Amino acid sequence: MLKSIASRIGQTLIVIVGVAMLIFFLLRIVPGNAVATMMSEHADAATIARISAELGLDKPWYVQFWIYITGALHGDFGTSYALHRPVKELLLLSFPNTVKLAVLAALVAWIIGVLAGIVAAQKKNGFLDRIFMGFSLLGVSMPVFMVAMILQYTIAYKLHWLPISGGDSLKCFILPAIALGWNSAGSIARLTRSTLLEVLQEDYIDTARAKGRSQMGVIVLHALRNAMLPVLTMMALQLSSLLSGAVITETVFGINGIGRLAVDAISGRDIPLLQGTVLFTTVLVVLGNLVADCLYTVLDPRIRKEA
Amino acid sequence: MEQEYTLQIENLRSSFLTDNGEVKAVNEVSINVPKGSIVGIVGESGCGKSMTARSVMRLLKYPGKIMGGSILLEGKDLTQLSEKEMQSVRGGEISMIFQEPMTSLNPVVKVGKQVSEAAMLHQNISAAEAKELVLEIFRRVGISEAEKRYESFPHQLSGGLRQRVMIAMAMICRPKLLIADEPTTALDVTVEAQILKLMKQLRDETGMSIIIISHNLGVIAELCDYVYVMYAGRVVEEADVFTLFESPRHPYTKGLLNSVSALELEQERLETIPGSVPNLRRLPAGCAFCARCAYAMEYCPEQLPQLQEVAHGHRVRCHLVEGGAANGEE
Repeated sequence: MLKSIASRIGQTLIVIVGVAMLIFFLLRIVPGNAVATMMSEHADAATIARISAELGLDKPWYVQFWIYITGALHGDFGTSYALHRPVKELLLLSFPNTVKLAVLAALVAWIIGVLAGIVAAQKKNGFLDRIFMGFSLLGVSMPVFMVAMILQYTIAYKLHWLPISGGDSLKCFILPAIALGWNSAGSIARLTRSTLLEVLQEDYIDTARAKGRSQMGVIVLHALRNAMLPVLTMMALQLSSLLSGAVITETVFGINGIGRLAVDAISGRDIPLLQGTVLFTTVLVVLGNLVADCLYTVLDPRIRKEA
Repeated sequence: MEQEYTLQIENLRSSFLTDNGEVKAVNEVSINVPKGSIVGIVGESGCGKSMTARSVMRLLKYPGKIMGGSILLEGKDLTQLSEKEMQSVRGGEISMIFQEPMTSLNPVVKVGKQVSEAAMLHQNISAAEAKELVLEIFRRVGISEAEKRYESFPHQLSGGLRQRVMIAMAMICRPKLLIADEPTTALDVTVEAQILKLMKQLRDETGMSIIIISHNLGVIAELCDYVYVMYAGRVVEEADVFTLFESPRHPYTKGLLNSVSALELEQERLETIPGSVPNLRRLPAGCAFCARCAYAMEYCPEQLPQLQEVAHGHRVRCHLVEGGAANGEE
C-alpha cells in the first residue's frame, strides 16, 4: 500500500514539472508583447526595448526558462510587472481567501450533494427525489456567474440577508460558496443517487439484510462505502473546476483570491504573476488528486497491491 | 406421533406487482420443515423456489410482495411481524446463504468483520468476544488459518472458501433454520461435495433445520430428507427423498429425474422435457404443466388438479392420480 502511494507521489512530481514547462512555453507562444501592453499607447520602441531588457525578456528562451525553473524550485516566481511586488508574496496573500472559498464550496457541494443523493435514492421517484434532482439539474445547467448574480440580486440586494460583495468575514463567503458549490453539488447528488441505487442491487446487500441489518445500517455500513468509490473520483476531478470556478466567483464577488489574481495577470500580460498563479493552482489540483488516490487505496482493498 | 416443525408455510402467495399486473410467482404453496430435517425445494429457474425462500426471510426484491398465507416459525407468524421484529429473526433465528459466493460478500470489508457483525447484531457481546466466536466458527466450517483469513478481503479467497465464510456467517448465531439458495451452483463439483458434507455435518451437530433450494437433483438426493417439487409457482409433488426418487408420480418429476444422466444406464442421449417454463402471466386455468406433458388429457388445461395424498406423506398435484384411476405408470 505504501509502495503504491509512493509511486503516485513520484507521478505527481512529473505532472507538476510538465505543467510548469507547458505554462512557460504557452505564454511565449501567445501573441502580444507584454511590455507593449503594460506601456499602452505612450511607449516608443526604445522604451519598450529598455524595459524588456530590464525584465530579462530579451534573453534567449532557454535562458529565461532556466531562470524561471531554478527560481520556481526556490519558491521564487519573480516580481509582478504590474504590481511591483514579488509573486510569491501576492500568492501567499490571496491564498487563504481562495482556500476559504474552495473549502466552503466543497463542503456545500459534497456534504449536501452526498446527503441529497442518499435521500433521493431512498425515496426513489418520490417527492424529495424529484425536488433534489430538480435542484441538481439547475445547479448542473446554470453557469457559475449566472448563479452568482441571481444570488446577489435576490439574497443580498432584495432580501439584505448577506453582503453583496467584498469583505473578509465568513459571512461574505456564504453566497460565493453556494454559487461555486451548487454545480458540483448537483453532479455529486446525481452520481451518489445512481451509484447507490446500483449498489443496493448487489448480492452483498442481500447478505447484509439477511444478517438482520436495518435499512439504515445496510446503507451506511455496506452500501455507502462501495458507492463512494466513483463519487470520490468525481470529487477529485471537481477540485480543478472548483478552482477555475473560483476565478469567476472571486471576480463577481470581489474576493481577493488567486483566481482574481490570475484574471488581473492575464489582462495585464503580467507573465511572472500568471506563471505563478497557474503553477500554484496546478499544484493544488494535483495534490487534491493525490489525496483522492490515497483515499481510494484506503477505501478499496482490491486496488491495494499485495504485500 | 406429534411431529414438531421448525417452519410451516401455509398457502403462501407471493407476487410481483408490475405495471402490467400481478405475476403470481408463488401460488398457494405449503411447505413443512420438521425439526432437524433437511428439506429440498427443486424446480427449474422461475418456478418460484427462490421467491418462496425470500418470502420466508421477507426479503423480496421490488416489486415482489407477500399477498397471503402464513409462515410459522415455531408457531410465530413471520408475515405478521413488524420490520423491526423481522430484523431480529433474520440472521438470528433464520439465516440464509446465497447462490453466488463471489458477489455475496462485501468487497471492501474484511471477511472476519462481516461475520462478527452478524454475531454482534444478535448477541450482546463485545468486539473481542465476537472475534473469538468468529475464529471458532471459522475452524468449525473448515477454514484453515482462521486468524489470517479473518483479516482477508473477499477477493483474496477462492469460491469455496467464500461459501464457507457465508456458512460461518449464517451459523454464528445458531439459527433454528438455515435457508440455502443454490449454495453450490457456482462451485465446482469437488468443492460442492465438501460444502454439502459440511452442511449435513453442521445439521447433525446443532440439530437445526435446513431448507435447500436447488435445480440439481444430485444435491437434493445427497442431502435432503424431504423434497418439494415446484412448477410455475405451485408445489406439484412432495415426498420423502427415497419415495420421490424411487416412485415419482408427477410427469414433471419423472421428466426431471429422466433428464439426469445415470452412469449405469447406457444412454445414447440425455432425455429432456420438451418445451420450456410457461409464462407466469399467461398460465392456463388448469395444470400449468399440461402443455409439456405427454399424458395430458382433455380437461387438464381447464381444471386445476389438487394435491392428492397417494401414500403417507407423498402428495401429487396431477389428474392422473386423482381417484386412483390412473397413476401415471405406463
